[in-house]
Amino acid sequence: MNPSRLAPPEVKSCREEPQSIDKTQKNMKKTTLALIAGASLFAGPAGALAAMLINGAGATFPNPIYSKWFDEYTKVDPSVRFNYQSIGSGGGQKQILEQTVDFGASDGPMSDANLAKAPGKILHIPTVAGAVVITYNLEGNPKLKLDGSLIADIFLGKVTKWTDKRIAALNPGVSLPDLDLVVVHRSDGSGTTFIFTDYLSSVSKEWETGSGRGTSVKWVTGLGAKGNEGVTGQVKQLTGAIGYVELAYADQNHLPFADLKNAAGNFVTPAVDSVTEALASAKVPEDFRFSMVNPPGARAYPISGTTWLLVYEQQKDAAKGQKLVEFLNWALTKGEVMASGLDYAPLPRELQERVLARVKTIKF
Amino acid sequence: MTTEQPTVAGRTQLEAETGRTVGDPVFKWLTLAMAVSVFVLIGLIGYELAHGSRLALSQFGWRFLLDSDWDPVNEHFGAVPFIFGTLVSSLIALVIAVPLSIATAVYLTELAPRGLKEVLTLFIELLAAVPSVILGLWGIFVMVPWLRLHLFPWLRAAFGVLPLFQGPIYGVSMLAGGIIIAIMILPIITSVSREILRSVPGLQREAAYALGATRWEVTRIAVLSYAKKGLFGAVILGLGRALGETMAVTMVIGNRPEIAKSLFAPGYTLASVVANEFTEATTDVYINALFEIGLVLLGVTVLVNVLAQILLKTFAGPSVRPQN
Repeated sequence: MNPSRLAPPEVKSCREEPQSIDKTQKNMKKTTLALIAGASLFAGPAGALAAMLINGAGATFPNPIYSKWFDEYTKVDPSVRFNYQSIGSGGGQKQILEQTVDFGASDGPMSDANLAKAPGKILHIPTVAGAVVITYNLEGNPKLKLDGSLIADIFLGKVTKWTDKRIAALNPGVSLPDLDLVVVHRSDGSGTTFIFTDYLSSVSKEWETGSGRGTSVKWVTGLGAKGNEGVTGQVKQLTGAIGYVELAYADQNHLPFADLKNAAGNFVTPAVDSVTEALASAKVPEDFRFSMVNPPGARAYPISGTTWLLVYEQQKDAAKGQKLVEFLNWALTKGEVMASGLDYAPLPRELQERVLARVKTIKF
Repeated sequence: MTTEQPTVAGRTQLEAETGRTVGDPVFKWLTLAMAVSVFVLIGLIGYELAHGSRLALSQFGWRFLLDSDWDPVNEHFGAVPFIFGTLVSSLIALVIAVPLSIATAVYLTELAPRGLKEVLTLFIELLAAVPSVILGLWGIFVMVPWLRLHLFPWLRAAFGVLPLFQGPIYGVSMLAGGIIIAIMILPIITSVSREILRSVPGLQREAAYALGATRWEVTRIAVLSYAKKGLFGAVILGLGRALGETMAVTMVIGNRPEIAKSLFAPGYTLASVVANEFTEATTDVYINALFEIGLVLLGVTVLVNVLAQILLKTFAGPSVRPQN
């Protein structure tokens, strides 16, 4: 980058052959070229800095798709650049409340208490949805079928053996080992945990009143492991372990996962289609702060959740606000197409239109 | 050309005098300011933590230090299992690391041939350079399976009568956390101990040899007992690090906030819970409680250090203190 760094070889050769004018001139030319190259290197980032910078922070779960969007969007509109820090949903909510970022992102909807602290109305813009799968480690990787109340009782520590007759009843023909069930859960706060505990709360009264739903909860049993990779590592090592990870992560690492019985009574394999189906059949309120676990759709996968961008309805900076709205319109239409490639479920058409109508209400 | 006569130091008399009248006080005050800044820094950290945790402080009061429930959803917070985990994992680490480090330091200063000494020192310093998260990954994928399949079953078979070595073996556990901390504090204790042993005067050793002492007796009487205060200081430095170790510990300790008798059971530390939960904490009380965990960790560290100093004072006799 620094031109003076590029120069030394030339300087050295000058010293070696002080009489060779020809060579010296050549070297001078080289040095000049190096200087120009260096200068243009400097000009590169400087030119980029001149573009408008829109800052965002928050959820880690959608970080891969958001990064892709921001990257692709520089081709659509080179005059704007997005800087997204995946610091976690807590940080995303805090920063949008304190207006230190232009938009926030969160895997859980903001609470009424937090929304009340905002200096203006904050809109929840759902972007994509993801699923959480139940993964396990059993000899021979049999395909398991599980239902909600059984999963809840496993995570409540009430079902402790793989030979439990409730597991056997759902899985005729699968030979289950006489092993202890070792529950593995996330130790770090995460949107994945929020979706999973949201599901457990919806299928088990005992879970709801005991541990409840949150990015971190009080676990009744099990080992805590950090991140999807930590849970996966732990499950892979312990025969008889059971845990939950994001669908995208399980898919990319070829982990076994269970088919789940949904609200309609069908066993459904987690996949992008069955998550979009879940989104389509979920009841979505006007403010888009919704939970989509256990939706009624016949082919809907029951443990899934969406993730939101958080923006103020009234933008402070008109120019930034306009660019942000342009981006949201692009992300919710063209951007959605890229989602399934990264194992995220795109919004179904009807919801997409409702969200786009809401984006139109942003004032700047 | 100056006509003044240069002094011994090569400077003029005048220069030397102004140096003494201006330079020395400036130097003194400057170093004082640097030294004071450490207190200011610790004071500021303490203040920030207390300020950040004021909601939790007023809501839970002393119960925070007595309660063992940690429930972010129902906003009920107590730090006991984390304090327990921090102290126990650090204690395990010391039990493992101290004999190893001091024995290594003794070998390096008293016994090792020159070539080997340099190689060993290099490797110990390399160990200190391994990033925490790398050590943690190694812990998950190499150490923990080995502990689960080999060391822990053996411990259970050999010492299973003790409650410490009973119960189911998952691999990730308080003991695994302690072992990984031990690996991380080995280099610092070894390096500092080595410096201290090296500063034991040669006369001490020669005198002991002259009395007909064996090599072991020389080491024990002339070297170790002379340097014990300094070695104690080295251990305290290691303990300070152990209390605050975060990432690698989080990856192998199992992260379950409970107080178990068995070392095979998972545990949780103060530093780990902050690292785990801070990013996704959304409610005010929750964030405040995590700040208070930080405050407790600072308190525990200060308390342990003060206790150690008191313990140190009880040792008498000539000794060498560590330089840092």
